[in-house]
Parts: sequence; C-alpha cells; structure tokens
Amino acid sequence: MSLSDLSIPDITKTVPVDQIGVEERVARLSSRSIKKGSKVEALKLALNMVDLTTLEGMDSPGKVRQLCNKAKRPFEGHNDIPSVAAVCVYPSMVSIAKESLRGTDIHIASVATSFPSGMAPLQAKIDEVSYAINEGADEIDMVISRGKFLSGEYSYVAEEIAQIKDICGDIHLKVILETGELQTLDNVRKASELAMHAGADFIKTSTGKVTPAATMPVTLVMLEAIRDYYFKYGRKVGMKPAGGIRDAKTAIKYLVMVKETLGTGWLSNEYFRFGASSLANDLLMQIIKQQTGDYQSGDYFSID
Amino acid sequence: MIEEKKTSKTRLDFQTKWEYSPAPESTDHIQLKDQYNLFINGKFVEPEEGRYFDSINPASEDKLASVAMATEADVNKAVKAARDAYNKIWSKITAKDRGKYIFRIARLIQERAREFAVIESLDGGKPIRESRDVDIPLVAAHFFYYAGWADKLKYAFPGRDPKPLGVAGQIIPWNFPLLMAAWKIAPALATGNTVVIKPAETTPLTALKLAEIIQEADLPPGVVNIITGAGKTGEALVKHADVNKIAFTGSTEVGKIIQKTLAGTDKKYSLELGGKGANIIFEDAAIDQAVEGIINAIFFNQGHVCCAGSRLFVQESVAEEVIAKLKDRMGTLIVGDPLDKNTDIGAINSKAQLDKINELIESGINEGGEIFQSGCDLPAHGYWCRPTLFQEVSQSHRIVQEEIFGPVLTIQTFRTPDEAITKANNTPYGLSGGIWTDKGSKIFNTGSKIRAGVMWSNTFNKFDATSPFGGYKESGMGREGGLHGLLPYLELK
Repeated sequence: MSLSDLSIPDITKTVPVDQIGVEERVARLSSRSIKKGSKVEALKLALNMVDLTTLEGMDSPGKVRQLCNKAKRPFEGHNDIPSVAAVCVYPSMVSIAKESLRGTDIHIASVATSFPSGMAPLQAKIDEVSYAINEGADEIDMVISRGKFLSGEYSYVAEEIAQIKDICGDIHLKVILETGELQTLDNVRKASELAMHAGADFIKTSTGKVTPAATMPVTLVMLEAIRDYYFKYGRKVGMKPAGGIRDAKTAIKYLVMVKETLGTGWLSNEYFRFGASSLANDLLMQIIKQQTGDYQSGDYFSID
Repeated sequence: MIEEKKTSKTRLDFQTKWEYSPAPESTDHIQLKDQYNLFINGKFVEPEEGRYFDSINPASEDKLASVAMATEADVNKAVKAARDAYNKIWSKITAKDRGKYIFRIARLIQERAREFAVIESLDGGKPIRESRDVDIPLVAAHFFYYAGWADKLKYAFPGRDPKPLGVAGQIIPWNFPLLMAAWKIAPALATGNTVVIKPAETTPLTALKLAEIIQEADLPPGVVNIITGAGKTGEALVKHADVNKIAFTGSTEVGKIIQKTLAGTDKKYSLELGGKGANIIFEDAAIDQAVEGIINAIFFNQGHVCCAGSRLFVQESVAEEVIAKLKDRMGTLIVGDPLDKNTDIGAINSKAQLDKINELIESGINEGGEIFQSGCDLPAHGYWCRPTLFQEVSQSHRIVQEEIFGPVLTIQTFRTPDEAITKANNTPYGLSGGIWTDKGSKIFNTGSKIRAGVMWSNTFNKFDATSPFGGYKESGMGREGGLHGLLPYLELK
C-alpha cells in the first residue's frame, strides 16, 4: 500500500488542544469516587486489560517463562480472577512466550521496529516485524520515528506506519507515539491522527523508556482523537497507555476516563490495554482486599 | 480509500456497562439543631413574634430544621445591636485587631470545612463535589483575603482617608449561601462596618452555622447579626432608618425595588443582580476543551449562577461538531443525590424555582425551540431538572432574553466576530461572558467589545477573592472581591 492509497487528511494542520482545559478535565474525571461493587468490577476489568511486559536487555528465556506463568494464573488458587490480556516481549523472546502460552487465549505482543528509539532504516524495521510475526507474535507494538515527526516529515512517518501495517495484515498493530518526546499535547493529537489514518489498530503512549511515560492528560487527548476518528470513519481504534501506571487507584482513573470519553464500547481488552508490569500485583492486592477485607503484604503475591 | 461515515451508527454508549456504585458523603459528623433562633448581639434569641419556618432538603423534601422568622421588631433589635457594637467597640478597636478576628473566622471555617460542605449540599441541593471543592474553599479564601486588607486600607487608596460607613444591611441569595455571606461580611468587617445580614429563606443553615463560628471566634457581640426570614424581613432591613448601607445579591426584579426604596435616602448601596452570559465559541477554539467549558458555564450549580454562560454562540462552521459533542458530554452528567461524590448536577433549590424553570422550558418549546435533554434517571422525590439545551432559537425568544437560573442552555450560531459581539451585547444584562479561541489577539479584540463585568477566555466560572466581580446595565452596580470590593463599604475623604 502506498501513501496515495490512504485517505490522509491534512495532518500538518494543528487541531488546537488547550493544555489547561485538558488538565482540568482530567482533574474532574479523577474526582470520581469508585466504591464497592463498581470497584471490584473495575479491578478485574483492569487486570484483564494488562499487557504484562518485560523489555529489558537482561531478559532471558527463564524470565519470560516466569512472566507467562504469571499471565496465565495471576493469583494461584483463585479461579474468579481473570488472566491478563497479553504478554509483551522483545522479538527474540516471542517463541519462548508462544510455547509457554500454548492453549491459552493470552495474546503475544512483540515490540519491533528498532524499539525503543526507532532509529533504523525502514527495511530493517520491516524485517524485524516479519521476524516477530513468524516467531508467533499476534500483536506488534511499533514505535514511530519521532525525529522525523518533530522535523515535520509527517508523510515519512505515515508511510512507515502504513508499510508496517501492510506486513502485519490481520495482526494487531499498536503504534507507540512516545509522547514524552513529542512533548506538547498539540503534537500528541497530530501524531494520534496520523497513526490512525495510516492504519494503526491501537495507539499507545510510550515505550516506558522515556520519562514521562503515560500521563492522564496525554491519554485523554489520544482518547479524544480516537473518538473524533470514530465519528468520522466509523472505525474503532484501541488505546494503550504504557509506563508509569503502577497502582490500582490510577488504573481505575484511566477506566473512568475511557468510560466517560469513549463510552462502554471501549471498556474491554479488545480496545483498551495497560502496558505495565507492577500494576498487576497491585490490582491483585486490591481485589483480595475487597474479597477478604484485609491487606496482605507484598510477599503474598508472586513477583515474576 | 476510507470513506467518511455519517454518525447515525456511531453513537457512544455511556450507560450499559460498569455503573458507578453510590458513594455518599457521610453525614455522621455534622451537627444540626432542630430549631434555630436569630443571632443578635452575639446570642441566639427567639423571634419577637415566636414564628418559625422550615428549611427543607430539596433532594428529599424532608425538613432539616425550623428557623426563626424575623419581623420588623427583630430587625430593629438587630440594627440596634449592630449600631451599639459599631459605636462602642468596632469603630474603636485597632484595624489590626479587626484583621485578627477575620483571620480567626477564616481558620475556623477551614477547620470545619467538611461539615459546612455537607450542610450546604443538604440545605441547598448543590453537589458535594462543588460545595467541597468550590464553595467552602472560596469562603475561607475570601475571609483570609479581606482580613489582610483590614490594616492596609490607606495603602489601598493612597492619599485618601478611608472611613467606614457604619451599619451595613446585607441580603443574600440561595445559590451560594455561605459564599455570598462571605462576600458580604468579610469586606464589611475589614473596612470597619458592623453587619446585619439576612440569608435566603430556603438556605439559612450554613449562615447560622457561621454564627456559631463567629461566637467561637469571640467576635464582639453585635458586630455580625444574622437574621432569618423571607421578603418582608429583607424589606424591613432595607427601609430601616439607621442602616447606612445596603448590599444585595439576588434578582434584578428585587434589585429594582430596592433601588426605588433607597432613592432619596443617603444610604449607599451595591447590587449584584441577574445575568444572561454569552459564551462565544470561535471555529479556531480547542473544541473538546470548549465543550467542557460550555458544560461548566451552564451546568455548574444546576445553572443557579447569576454569571452562568446561559447563551451559547457558536461559529457556524463548527456548530454541528460542538453540538454533537455537547450532547454526548451531557450524556455523562450524573444527576441525583447531592451528597454522592459522583453527582454532577444536584437538586433544584426549591419547588418555586423548579416551577419557574419548567415554565420557561415550556415557553421555549411553544416558541418553536428544538429541545434536547439528557436521558438520565431522576430520583423519585425532590426537585430535579435534566440538563437541557435549546437549538433553533433567536434573540426574540423568551428563553434567550430572560434569566432562567436553571440548567437550560440556548444555542445560536454566528458567522463573524461582529455578529457574535452584537448578539452577545443585545441583552439588558451585562454580568459575564466567555470567549473560546486559540488566537490570543481575538480574545482581546472581541472581549473588550463585550459589555460585561467579567469576561473569561478559554475558561468559565472561575472565581478568586482577589478579583472584582459585578455587572453592567441591569446586572447591578458596585464590585465585590478584590480591592474594588472595599469601596462599597467606605467613604473616601
């Protein structure tokens, strides 16, 4: 698919985003008080939306197998606790994850396209994505070329995404904007639109390697871009905030934001994911607290 | 090519999954008596004629307390107490000491903020989210701010000799009961006046709780007197010969009566009356944030806000998008129990007000307006109104001209800035307005041409003790808040 096949609007035009207004809206959404039954429901929903992630240079097959076990059975002995949505690993670990997760419906996401910087030629990125898919990945998390984006080469960035999506076919493509490097909300909005028009199935905030990673204002702007795209083209694009979401309380605030911006149609792991690792245990801790009334220490929850 | 799809199938659904459980604020910690007397000369005293009226919870129609009905005899007593306190104490003590008392009141309010917030929501129907996060913090801020001015009046008006007026009679409305009390009492005390204040008959309870704080703060008896009652009580206060100043916040109708009554007397007065604020959305605005601004402008405090942005003007090129988004956002507003922390819109303050709102909604429909209301559930008891907007209306419609004082928005479109300015100014009111654009120069070009006391840009309904507030034309005279708020209580020699 070439650029001329895509219906790309003039994304050089900035859709104004007012940062103070966004922050106020986020503050208001954050003041929702989620208690009792709705809290339990939210905790389980959030757990079921987690992409359990390990993206370290020191990852080994053993580490990835541990992670997969955690993904399948977040808390041994409790059947009413859902599994996570996916595990997210580097391409070289995909086959290990594939083997460990056989027989489950947990997805295998692989970062690709020279994650996290994306500083590689397009062909190298295409080869890496093909490799990850051949190894068994059914979701690809790619990064955009932020340098190109910031220098205004939007069509380069769009074409790159379109080409990767072409390789992916039915495989879900998540496009990481690395909002910490885009810096302004105007840029976040522009990059979100660009990624969706180029074929992204999900748009994702961050690699987790840059600070700040996911924030609520950035996520709200992306959700609003998804909503406007949906209104215009009728296609539902998913959202994945990643990095920096460590506790259940924050995760619930994100769910409130999704519910009140996009509605309940996005409240499943088909359209919303959390890219996180330590979040899973905090969610478990809160779920058990709701069930038993007691907080247990961190030592009662497996760290994998 | 991806085709643009029209939006009939692409509506958002906010209801069918994951409903929020009730999250009510506890009422265990509040203390309300069954009956409240008048606060005169530092003590709670029974009304001369022994009559009481009920203050009810508009969300449940249950009685909260019975409250004394002050008659002319009680007003006389209160004014005499205020006069004696002025002559013997308040005009004699140092300005620094005056400031000390006001600081004390501010701190005590902060300490009991939660109790005040809950009572404000019980008595007035406003959501706890607002009484907790807006009303009560602003009350404390107002007392703190004017406490600071008490001993610096000469710096406020260099080269002049500011003198207090004497006894100030103050009458306040039911929409921000305690906040309006603070707006009135704090500058009056700071400038060295004593006060007789009458809260609105539907919302007297937080003012009476404030009387307890005034006792606790050891304010000299008679410096602040709080008398409860209805229109007659207010009338007696306005007509009282020994009152030097009247400060009134309320309807334009009553404001005019007060102005007529005071004509030919030497009483000073300040009036903060109605409004029909224009909220102007230009095509280059940040649309999603502007939509949120429209929500805050009209649905804040059930629309019981004199400076509400009740007339929306949206540029034709973005009107369809703005209105579609506005309707979606209205679908997420939660109407119900004011004490629930998730409630966005609480109860309408009284049966009378609800009737008035409904009457105007009906007139809007009869005059050919196209109504849209959010589909939320309403509780079985109490006074409620769904968030409402009207399209297909014009300047000649009653709902565009009259202040509704409820959650009802009228929408008109415009094509050029001049058209927006002309329509925005085409009203007897002139209290507030808003402009939404990403372009700084447009804010100043447009904003300076709109005749309103307060103009907000890219925000709405923001208040600060340091900022003057007041109206043009039929929206009143005099300013409250900020340095300007000292003037109505001073004679500058």
